[in-house]
Amino acid sequence: MLAIAQPPPEGGLESGCLWLIPVLPLAAAGIGALLGRRQRRIAAGLAIGSMLLALILSCRAFVEVLHRVGQGGVARQSFNFHWLQFGDTWLTLGVVLDPLTAVMLVMVSFVGLLIFIYSVGYMAHDENFARFFCFLSLFASAMLGVVIANSLLLLFICWELVGLTSYLLIGFWYHKPSAAAAAKKAFITTRIGDLAFLLGMVWLYSRAGTLLFYDAGRGCLEWTGLPASTGIALLIFCGAVGKSGQLPLHAWLPDAMEGPTPVSALIHAATMVAAGVFLVARVYPLMGTTSLTVVTWVGALTALFAATVAVAQTDIKRILAYSTVSQLGFMMLGLGVGGVAVGMFHLLTHAFFKALLFLGAGSVIHGCHEEQDIRRMGGLRRWMPVTFATYVAGMLALSGFPLIASGFWSKDEILHAAHAWTVSSWPFYLGLMAAFLTAFYMTRQVVYVFFGKSRLARDPAIKAGQGGALPARPMVERAASEPHESPRVMLVPLMILAVFAVLLGFAGTPAWPWLRAFLEGRPASFAFGPLLEPEALWLMGLSSLVALGGIGLGYWFYGRRPPVRTDEVDALARVQPEVFTLLEKQYFVDEIYQWSVVSFHAWWARLCVQLDEWVWDFVVHLLAYAAVGLSWLNRFLDEYVVNGVFDQGCRGLTRGGAGLSHLQNGRVQRYLRVIALAAAALIWFLLWGWGAA
Amino acid sequence: MPPLPCYLLLAAMLFAIGLAAALTRRNAIIVLIGIELMLNAANLNFIAFWRYGPNPETLRGVLFVIFAIGVAAAEAAVGLALIIALHKHFKTTHVDQVDSMRG
Repeated sequence: MLAIAQPPPEGGLESGCLWLIPVLPLAAAGIGALLGRRQRRIAAGLAIGSMLLALILSCRAFVEVLHRVGQGGVARQSFNFHWLQFGDTWLTLGVVLDPLTAVMLVMVSFVGLLIFIYSVGYMAHDENFARFFCFLSLFASAMLGVVIANSLLLLFICWELVGLTSYLLIGFWYHKPSAAAAAKKAFITTRIGDLAFLLGMVWLYSRAGTLLFYDAGRGCLEWTGLPASTGIALLIFCGAVGKSGQLPLHAWLPDAMEGPTPVSALIHAATMVAAGVFLVARVYPLMGTTSLTVVTWVGALTALFAATVAVAQTDIKRILAYSTVSQLGFMMLGLGVGGVAVGMFHLLTHAFFKALLFLGAGSVIHGCHEEQDIRRMGGLRRWMPVTFATYVAGMLALSGFPLIASGFWSKDEILHAAHAWTVSSWPFYLGLMAAFLTAFYMTRQVVYVFFGKSRLARDPAIKAGQGGALPARPMVERAASEPHESPRVMLVPLMILAVFAVLLGFAGTPAWPWLRAFLEGRPASFAFGPLLEPEALWLMGLSSLVALGGIGLGYWFYGRRPPVRTDEVDALARVQPEVFTLLEKQYFVDEIYQWSVVSFHAWWARLCVQLDEWVWDFVVHLLAYAAVGLSWLNRFLDEYVVNGVFDQGCRGLTRGGAGLSHLQNGRVQRYLRVIALAAAALIWFLLWGWGAA
Repeated sequence: MPPLPCYLLLAAMLFAIGLAAALTRRNAIIVLIGIELMLNAANLNFIAFWRYGPNPETLRGVLFVIFAIGVAAAEAAVGLALIIALHKHFKTTHVDQVDSMRG
């Protein structure tokens, strides 16, 4: 983050402010981390305030891009700065402001702000309130960093931070073993994709020599005819698959619902999972025909697969989670067949209505005293009118209710593009089926939750048998209190989101394709012509029919006679019990992974242990015994040879010293006597010895 | 005037007496006196060899002796001071009891 803290070099109006957008929530997270548990008001205020400032700055950036696009000028500005030096090459990071960044910035900070405000109400009773807001701010910072990054490396850093905060927030209630396991599952599963992403990044660097997206004609996205771009693009797409919960790495996302509901809304519906789609949109110039075909197929299959699973789930958040996986598949499909604008349009509308649905689900859960099983809800329409109304708005948007709902326009555009796709017509049909199922399961959910009579806590037997993931609460308390409407701090974000869930669709209708024009950097023009083309009309009619058919079938199955008892067999299960079980168990994907990947790893680990114990330990022990033997020999030599000689020498020296020390007796006269004798001897020698010689 | 060997014999006897005193007596003061005796025997030799030498008129031998007596006086002063310090420290002036330099 040090990198962003350095102000980028002089540029346009926004150069001074753009880097502030992720830094503000980061600072809030940093300060929030130092706060005590009791300083709830400061923690929430800091987080919300920083988010509000980020939103204001994002809107400024958005307005500036809008202005530039309106003038027909260059829509993209990038600000690069040096970060690290290796030898004589500099690693350069940067931020970029282009239409794609601008719309994402506004979306992330706006939805984020609403969810922050909602969390104040939702988490009011949690003792770790301050910590929650610290994590939320850190997440928002990382996500905004992903959005503004102009370097694949900076994007990757923020991407990993997003993964980290996702881990922290899913495991926020870490005392629940299921939440801790879900956090680990999410982290490890996305890591698989991120490894491929990292490899792709390294490959890209070795080919292009830069990781900057835009660098005055030298960035890796501005390079035409990059060698091996298909491989690079597919590896980067793997990262997006992990983050956006596409097949086959989708398994973490439904489990991630163990986190608090605002987290599910912010991370696992609106922003983080959209980061994968955003990544593909960002590196779109790298994507060749082959890569886009892969993206399309993965997206289409995921859309249908997750939609079928969502039909048979009973946990209110799990239904929405599979729905999210399915809608992310739609976005990938849109990117693959129609380009950036198609996918991004659905991303934006989806972010609003899915955040709305999740927050509505949170409100329901809150009102029903942490109940998450839709079989034990029912009739909540009477107690929670505002939640009901906003939830239905979100449901209609997600189902693609014709003309008034935003989901209709964005999904229609995807189907339109899929229909025009020349490679294969299958993705179009897969998408249609998924859209039909989406309408069906949303109707089922709304009927289960809001219609009929209340089934709340009628039957403690099921509760005891199945509510493993839910916190156990005394039955007395549950029975004593009726479901209640949520506080206003939670309802206001719901209402704002509901308005946007409806209105946002008009930013991309065929008559006024504002978003597409904006993303492509040209002014939009209003014309009824494209709307009234026969093909467009025919497709719109078809998708209306599909949505209405899904809603109608859902009503025919569930709405005519809403379930009365909690242990009642699902209406669909009565018709097709085998299929329903297959869907309820989520195609046994978790079990298949358990049997294949997990057990293979366990087997491999056991093999490694055996190898360790029998082969490596044996070698190590052999070496150890050899060393002990050698040192024993060494000791023997030391004691009997070296020591003996040395001791003997020492003893000789001691004895010699003792003998000589007798000479030094301290008696002066004896010394004198010796001197006299010596002198006498010398004289005798001088006088007669010499003469005789 | 008696011949030179008489003086030399006397000086040798003086030296022998001094040496015997320095070597055998335990009292440090007597040892010091013995050393003085040996010094004076040497002085006597100086005088005798000067007087019977080739040019006795130059006073060369006398000068030697005067210097030697001067040095001997200083040496006696130092020696006596040493003996006083010795006495203060060991409470004795017997040199055979002062053997703290024994190895």
